[in-house]
Amino acid sequence: MTAVVEVDGLTRKFGSLAAVNDATFRVEQNQIYGLLGRNGAGKTTLMQLLTGQQFASEGSIRVFGENPVENAQVLQNTCFIKESQKYPEDFQPRHVFKSAAWFFPNWDADFAAELATEFRVPLKRKMKKLSRGQVSAVGVIVGLASRAPLTFFDEPYLGLDAVARQLFYDRLLEDFGEHPRSIILSTHLIDEVSNLLEHVLVIDDGRIIIDAPADDLRGSATNVVGPAAAVEKFVAARTVLHRDGIGGLASVTVAALTPAEVSTARSAGLELSPVSLQQLIIRMTTEKEMEQSA
Amino acid sequence: MDESRPIFLQIAEQIEGDIISGALGEETQVPSTNEFAAFLRVNPATAGKGVNLLVDEGILYKKRGIGMFVAEGARARLVAKRRDQFSTQYVRPLIEEAAKLGISAEQLADLIRKEQTA
Repeated sequence: MTAVVEVDGLTRKFGSLAAVNDATFRVEQNQIYGLLGRNGAGKTTLMQLLTGQQFASEGSIRVFGENPVENAQVLQNTCFIKESQKYPEDFQPRHVFKSAAWFFPNWDADFAAELATEFRVPLKRKMKKLSRGQVSAVGVIVGLASRAPLTFFDEPYLGLDAVARQLFYDRLLEDFGEHPRSIILSTHLIDEVSNLLEHVLVIDDGRIIIDAPADDLRGSATNVVGPAAAVEKFVAARTVLHRDGIGGLASVTVAALTPAEVSTARSAGLELSPVSLQQLIIRMTTEKEMEQSA
Repeated sequence: MDESRPIFLQIAEQIEGDIISGALGEETQVPSTNEFAAFLRVNPATAGKGVNLLVDEGILYKKRGIGMFVAEGARARLVAKRRDQFSTQYVRPLIEEAAKLGISAEQLADLIRKEQTA
């Protein structure tokens, strides 16, 4: 496999705060990555570093094998759609699409026009007169129609309604199928995107805490529910990710079980239920607070 | 989709189900990986993994430049495989649940017969 991004020991400090702390990972070509994490975890800083908009304090970044900072060769193959993209005063969506064609060699104007109709973006209205969702839709359209070999979507859908988000996912998958490329999608709506992702990176407090194929994470944890005594006996020797309980009932999240363990648990009268990617990430990124408050 | 298992396995099972039910006949073309991905709203690589699993098992085969087809005899083989799994997947959980409720094997057999004639 070919890596389009290779990051080694990357750290970015703002004063004493390490927004990105010793991150090492690769992004393989033509896969959809999810970059997930809580607010302030370092997602945006990491994407800014990868697109040459921030400088590393330590470590190295290679994008298409080169340093991205002020590197035209790298940057014209990269598209970064930001949550809070600013547009020049008096710009209308049609101006945004027209100028996108200058920056992105693979720009597909017909596709952009088609998407604008589907997302109901008025082409000849000033950007600042558009609703929050329409501004987000303009960003999503640029991200899709640019067909950049490396595309970042940083929370692209502020204000987008459920219909528009579904449209975004559908068009993303369709176009990705026809024009494979590397996509990094940063979002809080984990349940909505979990099936789209091939690989998951989770960042917490500046550190990469999960770097795994989405299929491996699926089913990597199980909730065990039942009478507290029976549950505790079953999970005794295991790593517990989360513990919850009410009255005599306990609900404990543990790492994946083997089929034999599943039947042991079932015959002990315990209920087993899967843990979604979203729940898993909540468990893993709130662990520290749990320990501190315990 | 079920959260507890890899999606590609579920996609393979879904295609198997369609072959068993006859919705996908033998020697007919199956949708492309991208079509599956768009329809099921999953990553194309994941859909591809599911399809390839069935190619490895000889259930589907590739015609160069045309697409993926259901192999001859695929249905009979899938039915045989599902029959093998039937007791672990359905009968054992049924017996376990029955035992919890104090239903004897004899009563269980009666219940099955009654449901079948109903």
